[in-house]
Amino acid sequence: MSDIVLNVEGLHVRLPEGADRSHAVEDVSFTLNRREIVCLVGESGSGKSVTARAILGLLAPRVVADAGRIVFGGEDLLQVTPERMRAIRGRDISMVFQEPMTALNPLMTVGAQIDEVLRTHTDLGRAGRRARVLELLRDVHLPDPERLIEAYPHQLSGGQRQRAMIAMALILEPRIVVADEPTTALDVTTQAQILRLLRELQAAHDTGVLFITHDFGVVAEIADRVAVMQHGRLVEMDRAERVLNDPQHPYTRRLIAAVPSLQPKARSPIEDRPVILSAANVNKTFRTGGGFFARNRRVVDAVKQAMIELRRGDTLGLVGESGSGKSTLARCIVRLIEPEAGEIRLGDIDFMKLPRRALRRQRRRIQMVFQDPFASLNPRYKVGRLIAEGPIINGVDRAKAEARALELLGLVGLDARAADRFPHEFSGGQRQRIAIARALALDPEILIADEPVSALDVSVQAQVLDLLADIRERLHLSMLFITHDLRVAAQVCDTIAVMRYGELVEYGPTAQVFADPRHPYTRELFASVPGRSWTGPVAAA
Amino acid sequence: MSVKRLRFIVRRLLQAVPTVLTIVVINFFLLHLAPGDAALVLAGEAGSATPEYMADLRARFGLDQPLYVQLFAYIKNILVLDLGYSFRHNQPVLDLILARLGPTLLLMGTTLVLSVGVGVLLGLLAAIGLRTWRDNLISVLALVSYATPLFWLGLMLIIVFSIQLDWLPTSGMETIGAFYEGWPRVIDIARHLVLPAVTLSLFYLAVYTRLMRASMLEQAGMDYVTTARAKGLTERRITFVHVLRNALLPVVTVAGIQVGGLIGGSVVVETIFGWPGLGLLAFQSLFARDLNLLFGIFFLSACLVVLVNLIVDLVYALLDPRIELA
Amino acid sequence: MGGFFHRFVRNRSAVLGSAILFGVLALAALAPLIFPDTPFALAGKPLSEPFGDFLFGTDTLGRDVASGIAHGARTSLMIGAVSTLAAVLLGTLIGGVAGYYGGRIDDVLMRITEIFQTIPSFVFAIVLVAVMSPSVKSTVIAIAVVSWPGVARLARGEFLSMRRREFVQSCVSLGMGDLRIMFQQILPNCLSPIIVTASLLVATAILIESGLAFLGLGDPNVMSWGFQVGAGRTVLRSAWWICTFPGIAILLTVLAINLVGEGLNDALNPRLRSA
Repeated sequence: MSDIVLNVEGLHVRLPEGADRSHAVEDVSFTLNRREIVCLVGESGSGKSVTARAILGLLAPRVVADAGRIVFGGEDLLQVTPERMRAIRGRDISMVFQEPMTALNPLMTVGAQIDEVLRTHTDLGRAGRRARVLELLRDVHLPDPERLIEAYPHQLSGGQRQRAMIAMALILEPRIVVADEPTTALDVTTQAQILRLLRELQAAHDTGVLFITHDFGVVAEIADRVAVMQHGRLVEMDRAERVLNDPQHPYTRRLIAAVPSLQPKARSPIEDRPVILSAANVNKTFRTGGGFFARNRRVVDAVKQAMIELRRGDTLGLVGESGSGKSTLARCIVRLIEPEAGEIRLGDIDFMKLPRRALRRQRRRIQMVFQDPFASLNPRYKVGRLIAEGPIINGVDRAKAEARALELLGLVGLDARAADRFPHEFSGGQRQRIAIARALALDPEILIADEPVSALDVSVQAQVLDLLADIRERLHLSMLFITHDLRVAAQVCDTIAVMRYGELVEYGPTAQVFADPRHPYTRELFASVPGRSWTGPVAAA
Repeated sequence: MSVKRLRFIVRRLLQAVPTVLTIVVINFFLLHLAPGDAALVLAGEAGSATPEYMADLRARFGLDQPLYVQLFAYIKNILVLDLGYSFRHNQPVLDLILARLGPTLLLMGTTLVLSVGVGVLLGLLAAIGLRTWRDNLISVLALVSYATPLFWLGLMLIIVFSIQLDWLPTSGMETIGAFYEGWPRVIDIARHLVLPAVTLSLFYLAVYTRLMRASMLEQAGMDYVTTARAKGLTERRITFVHVLRNALLPVVTVAGIQVGGLIGGSVVVETIFGWPGLGLLAFQSLFARDLNLLFGIFFLSACLVVLVNLIVDLVYALLDPRIELA
Repeated sequence: MGGFFHRFVRNRSAVLGSAILFGVLALAALAPLIFPDTPFALAGKPLSEPFGDFLFGTDTLGRDVASGIAHGARTSLMIGAVSTLAAVLLGTLIGGVAGYYGGRIDDVLMRITEIFQTIPSFVFAIVLVAVMSPSVKSTVIAIAVVSWPGVARLARGEFLSMRRREFVQSCVSLGMGDLRIMFQQILPNCLSPIIVTASLLVATAILIESGLAFLGLGDPNVMSWGFQVGAGRTVLRSAWWICTFPGIAILLTVLAINLVGEGLNDALNPRLRSA
């Protein structure tokens, strides 16, 4: 018997009428072997998720696989009856999804949801099923399975939920697991644990895993073979080492070249430059479970005793996982959120003590660029107006502001005609450029960039990062750069501050922090970066 | 767990205190805005309205006191459930209300069960057979019911089922002078209940049908449904085990909100069908300008809503594990 | 905008609703021309059957039911529109301030809103009209007072979520003032749910108004559908038409407004309907 467990041949998946293209997937062929992890990589819209869903027959309504074959165990999964498909799902082929919170039924205990797989596909009795569920919960290293089996999804952490999802997928020892971006919604340290777990279980049970991801770091971490997709077509497929280190297709090369290196760039020392922004002893607590009389208020220290100094021309990176308080600290510094305590000095101004009116006048000196370019521009107004708005409310003559807006569009690499269009007519990367132009319109001294490239595909991400670097040089800006991505931080930041649970645990020049992390958490964080040992193709110039 | 629940109930009852107090204050000021005070009404009754007599009356009822003194007296009275005296009926308001509470609760309870039960069922049927004749029929019926004025529906039902077909009685809660006992009495009341309950139900039935349908469709698009499908579950199990429970949550919430509406509707329905409940009493007090009685009913119905909201919250917490009671 | 109109027209029931509503509006506008006499005037023999001399017959006092329906359309639409406008303005203001500023202000305003929501609305409306004595003005006030809390909660939710949106945050960091952010940036983005709610509120307002008039709490000098139905109640056995036709007028009008409201909803929030 051959090792091939899944054979996809010439798969086409048609989109409903009115979509931006006729097919989401065109002529995709690949195989998956027993005991192998194949990574399906691509940017958004490449058709990688659709391919995965087609295998389990879970395409959205009106999206159909209209040509090709998906052969599993001698059967073409595109031809089998719905009953047969149901029997295969969960038993022979199972799936792990991206967002474990929404992928689990909120009203059902974790145990019951795993148990359902056994109920549906086996004749085991109640006690037998329970024993098996407990066994699996132990296998995925969940603590206290006896208690967890009765827990509801919201009572688990993100990583625990994903472990439960994996337990659910593996309980019948399927021959194939399809994992659709299973670690994308998780923090980097949790991601490392989940990847390790998947590797371990897959090897133990000889499972074939089709792993969908957009992250080449993750690919480097777990893939045996890699298939690269672009615009619905498979452009390259080969062993992982080969694709990662010697990519053949120009698209793959471009993608891999766009992955930021973990090696910090060499930088000129900045210690002698003047401090332009400083924050000291900043504290912010959040209360949850509000309302009058509510006794179950929980107080969370979002930021504790934070202290940073931004020097002229410096890019200071605030790095941390979700909930570490990095965004909150940045918002406290510009007083989008009022901190309870702290001293914030902007040049010679005590920013914290400014009354509202004076604060509004000073705001132009610090501008922000946000994460989500779809949410950071008011969809009701044209781009030209959005950029000119800031100067106009700060008293600049309208005609002058509009002329300046056109200039700025040029500066961020957009056509002047963009001014007459609405934000929804632009792609994510273009919108982020518009957002940058809008921030620059006020000639700020400091730019605060809150995860400015996290919502973008890797190739677009590289362009926006280049733009930011270029602008910083040309306009002598200082930048506070918030990111969860250590690769991005390594490339962008001169200084790095690592945050955890609202506290700064490490603070120093980027090169030094990367070379010699002091705090155990920083070390764990670095150890968790997927594909950290992979350095990219040897510069084959 | 039960201690937790008890503590939750106590806390919610405490939270209701400011609500009830605010309603009392609103009540008081509205009563004062009303043209003519109790003395004037009484004097009108007596037919003799010499200024001395009026002043005497006002003094007797404390109407010559400053406003805030009257307010405190009013609040104090309400706290001991003294809702005043109905001069028209020569009875304390509370006694009148308590006597009429039973029929109203019977009508409202029947209506609630009928509208939620049938509404959920119809919404479910419509959502399962999406875009079939069944869905279209249910949706059209719901749309029309949603636009039908209660009072008109009641009258039309009387024309058809009482006058034309002579199947059901037109008014009252029991056949007058029949003096049934035991089962025959239950059946008699049930026969009288049919038309008012159907009238009052139809609008809310439409609300729940539409809500349930929309809620089912919304839940059917959720990620956990895809997970369930990927596990190999049948569509039947997905619908009834996964989607249904999630879809019921908004219905429970809205059912709680609608109780206030039911009380308003019962004024109209009880008036049409001569159902001897609070609604009819409110209507009668309105035209007798028996403001004490009217405001007593108004106050009590608001309290009823507060109470029902508490019950709904408890039910919701039972259905949704994400809601913590403590 | 072209897309909006297209989606609205494609929705057949919305078009049907618009047609009916247009008919009712025309009837209201032309009422004084078609029936120049006051609808309270004695027009013919009391209790004349419909489809004879009078299209919809006459009532117990010989008043023309059809004339009453035409003049009643003016009352219903006017009261529905004005009271909804008042409720939407008040609700948006209160909800907007609560959602935008959050914190204590939000706590207090929402607490008040909740209390108003707790009071059974139709009973509240009855009490208000009874206290103010029945008139068009008191009906409008009563309906607005019982309708604004729903709008306030909606507006609060919208403003609250918009307040956290990044485009609003970026306006704050541009140095924009609160009023400008609220009215120029946030409000246009939450207009569509507010418009949809408003259209459904008009329908509810008409139902409340007719209910009040039916109970005898309408303006005694103004003809209304609810009053007509109420007036025919006593002769239900012998003259079915007096109650029936004005009721159908209410039903059709409310149905039409609901259809238009749903059409607006589908057209303004196309995402929600794609499933």
